[in-house]
Amino acid sequence: MTVVQQPLSPAGRVPALSRLHEWVATTDHKKLGVMYVTAGLLFFMIAGLEASLMRWQLALPNQSIIMPDDFNRLFTMHGTTMVFFVGMPILFGSANFLIPLMIGTRDLAFPRLNAFGFWLFLLGGLLLYFSYFAGQGLQGMGSAPDVGWFAYAPLTERTFSRGHSTDYWILGILLTGIGSAMTAINLVVTILAMRCPGMSLMKMPLLVWILLVDFILVVVALPPLAAAQCMLLFDRSLGAHFFDTQAGGSALLWQNLFWFFGHPEVYILILPAFAFSSEIIPVFSRKVIFGYPLMVAATVAIGIISLGVWVHHMFAVGLSPLVNAIFMGSTMLVGVPTGIKMFNWAATMIGGKIRFHTPMLFCLGFLCQFLLGGLTGIFLATVPFDWAVSDSYFVVGHFHYVLFGGLVFSIFAAIYYWFPKVSGRMLSETLGKWQFWLLMIGFNLTFGPMHVSGMLGMPRRIYTYHTERGWDLWNLLSSIGVLFQIAAVSLFAINIIRSLMKGAKAGDDPWDAWTLEWSTTSPPPPYNFKDIPVVHSRRPLWDLKHPDDPDWKYE
Amino acid sequence: MLIGMVNFANSMLASLIASIPDPGIPSAPTPTMFNPVGAPADTILDITWLLVGICGLIGLVVLAMIFFAVIRCRQPKGDDTEPAQVYGSNPIELAWTVIPLLIVFVLFMVSARGIFDIEKTSPPDGAIEVRVIGHRWWWEFDYGDFATAAELHVPIDEDKPTDIYLTLESADVIHSFWMPQLGGKTDVIPNRINHLWLQVAKAGTYVGQCAEYCGNQHANMLITVVAQPRAEYEAWAANQRREAVDDRAVAAGKHIFLRTACINCHTVRGTVANGTFAPDLTHLMSRDTIGSGIARNTPNNLRAWVWDPQNIKPGCEMPSMKLTREEVDLVCAYLETLR
Repeated sequence: MTVVQQPLSPAGRVPALSRLHEWVATTDHKKLGVMYVTAGLLFFMIAGLEASLMRWQLALPNQSIIMPDDFNRLFTMHGTTMVFFVGMPILFGSANFLIPLMIGTRDLAFPRLNAFGFWLFLLGGLLLYFSYFAGQGLQGMGSAPDVGWFAYAPLTERTFSRGHSTDYWILGILLTGIGSAMTAINLVVTILAMRCPGMSLMKMPLLVWILLVDFILVVVALPPLAAAQCMLLFDRSLGAHFFDTQAGGSALLWQNLFWFFGHPEVYILILPAFAFSSEIIPVFSRKVIFGYPLMVAATVAIGIISLGVWVHHMFAVGLSPLVNAIFMGSTMLVGVPTGIKMFNWAATMIGGKIRFHTPMLFCLGFLCQFLLGGLTGIFLATVPFDWAVSDSYFVVGHFHYVLFGGLVFSIFAAIYYWFPKVSGRMLSETLGKWQFWLLMIGFNLTFGPMHVSGMLGMPRRIYTYHTERGWDLWNLLSSIGVLFQIAAVSLFAINIIRSLMKGAKAGDDPWDAWTLEWSTTSPPPPYNFKDIPVVHSRRPLWDLKHPDDPDWKYE
Repeated sequence: MLIGMVNFANSMLASLIASIPDPGIPSAPTPTMFNPVGAPADTILDITWLLVGICGLIGLVVLAMIFFAVIRCRQPKGDDTEPAQVYGSNPIELAWTVIPLLIVFVLFMVSARGIFDIEKTSPPDGAIEVRVIGHRWWWEFDYGDFATAAELHVPIDEDKPTDIYLTLESADVIHSFWMPQLGGKTDVIPNRINHLWLQVAKAGTYVGQCAEYCGNQHANMLITVVAQPRAEYEAWAANQRREAVDDRAVAAGKHIFLRTACINCHTVRGTVANGTFAPDLTHLMSRDTIGSGIARNTPNNLRAWVWDPQNIKPGCEMPSMKLTREEVDLVCAYLETLR
């Protein structure tokens, strides 16, 4: 058998075009993972810019910096982008990169399907943003959809949404959704069928367990959305009347279908935050995760219960008291397994020897802010309180504490933690800490006051407000917070670029961690592992480092 | 040339009017849920304080655990040894599974009772019943024998609070009727009839607005509730029931109004104007605001509105009728007689 050695060009550099081709044509899970996350971060900047424009308009009462049409497009694109083109690709990107490394295999089960899923996602995102140049908005000019990320019928029907902007919304997300479902199936198969010898289900790292539940949710939740979007497409293009209330269609049918997707979707987005934290907190506390079996059980419970809570988005639509009470019960119930996770993370830290590196700081930010977002979630589950504040800024504050304070903070934690593995270089701790504190201040300054303005009666999605309503101060504070956040995100971008150019070499295992990805080189070779590893416990590298006191004795 | 100059003068006038600072809604308290004036809003506030107590306590416990770890469990400098590995504890984990379950159960029972208290399916005795129709972007209040817009009047008796039982319907897309001080909100959905029970216990002016995104001018779909002593209310209602005033002094303006497309959308009872797409103008001057609460109903604002509503409420369904300055003056003079 002959081994073919790839010859390098004389200078040791590959021509740019070849490198580009290598990325475009790749089926390597690591390259696809990096492309997913990079695209997600770019969309994050765009959606953040959209949010900043909205906060500029709302900083003072009665401003007309942005006209109502444009404002409505901004919040539609902001929400749609953050959910489908930031949260989802970062989920799939990190899973793509990490899961084969963590379960000790060389790629996903279906590498080409994986690449196809990525390119479908990117096409969907570009199609959505193409609407700014080519779609026909309400005024007959090229523009983006303005129906909200939830696209409630009948606002999306031909009568109220002329032109093609809504069609761009449907098709962009439909394509992305198909790609997401494919990748989710791919990852489920990979986790179930390709784990290295010795890694039984209960010996998988918690991240893999949590993402497994996550992908099953994706597979269950996305088809109802795709179905609803096809029905809407039929309404708009073929003269069907599923949601066309003027011809006897049902506005509530859309809401049921959308939220049957939309609520699991919220958990699809937050579960990766749980996954990252469950790996990072133990490593920086120098202590094994507290109560692994209960953490797994809680994850599965969250997955199951989250499929039965969607009506809590519809408490104000006038359903019967009994239906409202049932879904209030199921929604409160989902707080229990989530609470268990909080307690177990805290118990992991207690008794540890915590190292306050940037990833851990972001995890602590995640814990405190997600705690607040979770508790206001209990508030909102309570139907009478929901009647008071649903569709108000209180809700905006709540879910940004979950998705920004929770998810985005843990994404930053994950990037600071795994960037050395991905690139082979460390990120700057100084810049990282500056970014953390600026983001902490900016985030809380922006989204904390929103709880107040919501309880003072300010509805969501309004482009302006009268000064007599008494919301001026709270809105001004929210807008000032944005400045801190822009500074923080800029530092992050600088940190990444700086590190890629002249960051310190990371080595294989800079954090003294315990899972398999740290046993290979940074960045890992295309084949990941020279020999497929064999594991005996949940922390194979702990066993290697402490042969006298290995984990498998206690599990 | 002459037409050009007239148009120029007109646009100067328009920009002058549009630049008048918009005084907005007459002073009314902030629509806060912390200042309830009726039973449903009271119940909501009671449940809110219960939530603040319970969730606050849970939050403090978890925060205490986190801060204890952050303060007491740092890695000492120069200490490279690993701490004791604790894999879990069944009794402790059982405790923080069962205790939250019990808390959830109690919270569920209390709140479920709140739901059944507030969500009334039939009008309480003696309630004032009004049919509310949501339009893009204004509210129609149909009292049965007359209809008005944007401002809902209800009577108040000295001795007991007034129950308001609304029937909610939509003419186009989904809206949501929200008066934070008087109760919860309920969506207004096309092809569906919803009901909402509110209560007001003291006289005054209360504000709220549409809470469900309904398109362009969602932000300016405002609601005012005027709770007034019964005698005052009866006088108001009696006036609303009358047909429009017919004042010969403003016949010219009335003529322009009736021969322009105004009448396709607006109703003025007692004339041929019987459109239903837009607010009933029969007693326009009895309202404090125009444009669904976007501006005070003053002669200047009214003229600016008739001149070009798009300057004030961009995207609203009313177009500029391209009247000349003189015609706008005449039409407004007519409208100002509709008391």
